[in-house]
Amino acid sequence: MAKIGIPRTLAYFLYFPFWQAFFTELGHQVVVSPPTTKAILDRGVEDAVNDACIPIKIYHGHVAKLIGKADFIFSPRLVSLRRHGDFGTETFCPKFLGLPDMIRVAIDKLPPVIDTRIDLKPGKEELLKACQETGDMLGHEGKEVLAAYKKALAVQKRFNQLLAKGVLPHLALDIIEGKKKEEDLNRDGFDLNIAVVGYPYVIYDPYVNVGLLKLLEKEKARVYTQDILSNKILNKQQKYIPKSLFWYFSNRAVYGGLYFMKQKDIDGIIHVTAFACGPDSMVDKLLEIECNKHNKPYLTVSVDEHSGEAGVRTRIEAFVDMLRYRRATR
Amino acid sequence: MKISFPHMGHSYIAFKWLVENIGHECIVPPEPSKRTLDLGVRYAPEFACIPFKILMGTYLEVAEKGAEVIITSGGMGPCRAGYYWVMHQYILNELGKDLEIIAFEPPLCDLKDFWRKLHRLRKSGGLSVREFIQVIKTAWEKIKAIDDIEMRSHEVRPYEINRGDTTRALWKALDMIDKANSVKEIEEARQEGLKVINQVPQDLSRNPLKVGIVGEIYVVLEPAANHYIQIMLGEMGVQTDRSIYLTSYTRESAIINREEDIFAVARPYIKEAPIGGHGVNSIGETILYAKHGFDGVVQLAPFACIPEIVAKSILPKVSRDYDIPVLTLFIDEQTGKAGVQTRLEAFVDLLEKRRESKKRERLVV
Ligand code: SF4
Ligand code: SF4
Repeated sequence: MAKIGIPRTLAYFLYFPFWQAFFTELGHQVVVSPPTTKAILDRGVEDAVNDACIPIKIYHGHVAKLIGKADFIFSPRLVSLRRHGDFGTETFCPKFLGLPDMIRVAIDKLPPVIDTRIDLKPGKEELLKACQETGDMLGHEGKEVLAAYKKALAVQKRFNQLLAKGVLPHLALDIIEGKKKEEDLNRDGFDLNIAVVGYPYVIYDPYVNVGLLKLLEKEKARVYTQDILSNKILNKQQKYIPKSLFWYFSNRAVYGGLYFMKQKDIDGIIHVTAFACGPDSMVDKLLEIECNKHNKPYLTVSVDEHSGEAGVRTRIEAFVDMLRYRRATR
Repeated sequence: MKISFPHMGHSYIAFKWLVENIGHECIVPPEPSKRTLDLGVRYAPEFACIPFKILMGTYLEVAEKGAEVIITSGGMGPCRAGYYWVMHQYILNELGKDLEIIAFEPPLCDLKDFWRKLHRLRKSGGLSVREFIQVIKTAWEKIKAIDDIEMRSHEVRPYEINRGDTTRALWKALDMIDKANSVKEIEEARQEGLKVINQVPQDLSRNPLKVGIVGEIYVVLEPAANHYIQIMLGEMGVQTDRSIYLTSYTRESAIINREEDIFAVARPYIKEAPIGGHGVNSIGETILYAKHGFDGVVQLAPFACIPEIVAKSILPKVSRDYDIPVLTLFIDEQTGKAGVQTRLEAFVDLLEKRRESKKRERLVV
């Protein structure tokens, strides 16, 4: 039995259930780094190349946090999850593509890194192959791996079903882990609907976005994100733009935004973006222009190492006030 | 149609000829200036990379001069460049500019679209297919000749006795290419041009430092974006070689894939390729320069350039393993010529000292 370390960021927010179930089923212990803190960010800032964006720095911090606690770091190389885009070449932000190599150079005393390459462009069966490869590294037989893979798919499916019911991923993770019950989720008392779009590691990590979702809840706004929409709905949006973007998470954010801006009962859209994020310079402008065309209120919240709660709160409050006023005058 | 295109180094000479000989009016894009950048910065998203901003500014400038169509390249990722045209078009529309961008996506991705766009340019220019092919071939020869001439100038400059002679000769040679109108004339101009550059008075007893230039294509190819770094280094007495030329670029990335060799060299350091832009190339080429006995490498990249950040994070290890100093210059709208000069001078100083101490070591042994 080995301890497998998984950083609590980036793909964690959407795909953790799968990998947790997979490794647990194989008899390993999954160790997750704690929720992001200032100390984690500071460590990341120290280790990562200084021009990196904050999510990548935070990733470095989470990986460092697992040193001494895990025998392996699970840092799969996410290349693609589907064949999508105008040329079928959708991939991830280049920083994801080089991530395992970056942490190897940047972080001292790193335990062995499991950097299985995940490229599902050729078909879904590739995921099983990736699992086999990962199982191989840990000395497992094909049969065992197949069983763990099936179990993992089932768990991920349960998670995805929760999302489809409108449960946001960070809450769905709590439910899957038994920390929360579905019945206990607050579903009433909202008088505004706000769509929040952006990368999962930006919108579901309360440290990164300085508690944005809680803030909205307090303001009695019900939050929708792209991750509760089905792939079918999301992908339908492709036809409304001249060309899809090249990055999986960016396409999801853009498609989500395009869908929500056409919904009458959505009062406004917030795009949360990490300071100096490359892909987002395109995503944000595109959403802004499209929202203008659709006459839908739009707010960009850009977060960085020094974002203060107060600053974000002022902007959110002003936005929410404006939406309420708009609702009242209609 | 009144056609324009992005400015990239001296390539406009060939593209201007191409547009005119297809039968269109060419609005030659001005060399990017402070004004170009200011315009770009004003209308582009804050965190767009600098090539995006400069092109944005260029498009607005040629729009003022009456351009109706921009011809540029597309791309299939993984980096932003392939999405430039979409956002440029969005922004131009928002500004109410009547400017259409025709982007050529890589023919390997969408051959039909590629032919459709070519067909449109040819038809509206009034050329037969045969004439059209001939014109394209000739333009290609022009680009190659321009690259040859420029390459030679970088070899000669560190030996020049009178500062600035080589650059003056380069312009003279480029002017000859500009005036050539057939494959034969281009070849003659190329020969003549090379001669003009070779005739620059030189001190061949010098043993210049050798520096390789790697990085993101636009800032490597556009001297106006990199503060004429190759001329600057040449005039400091340093011989530079750069990995990217338009001809090698198109040859490698679009038709033959010799890039694979570079990827293979880089593989011990980065297992994935490509990762967008020239990220993996920067790693592989640094190794190749080290193996070829270069004294140092300069990595040129736009500020916040995604693949080059990945490369930069890995280069320190390459630099240690191969014992070759690497200087990274990230360029943004605030980068000034003086700052670049100071950093280069310090770097060249370091390289000279290293060479000296290595020589001494050898003497002791
Ligand atoms: S998409 Fe943006 S935030 Fe995410 S890793 Fe890339 S640059 Fe960073
Ligand atoms: S390679 Fe760099 S400069 Fe080119 S599009 Fe990507 S981020 Fe921008």
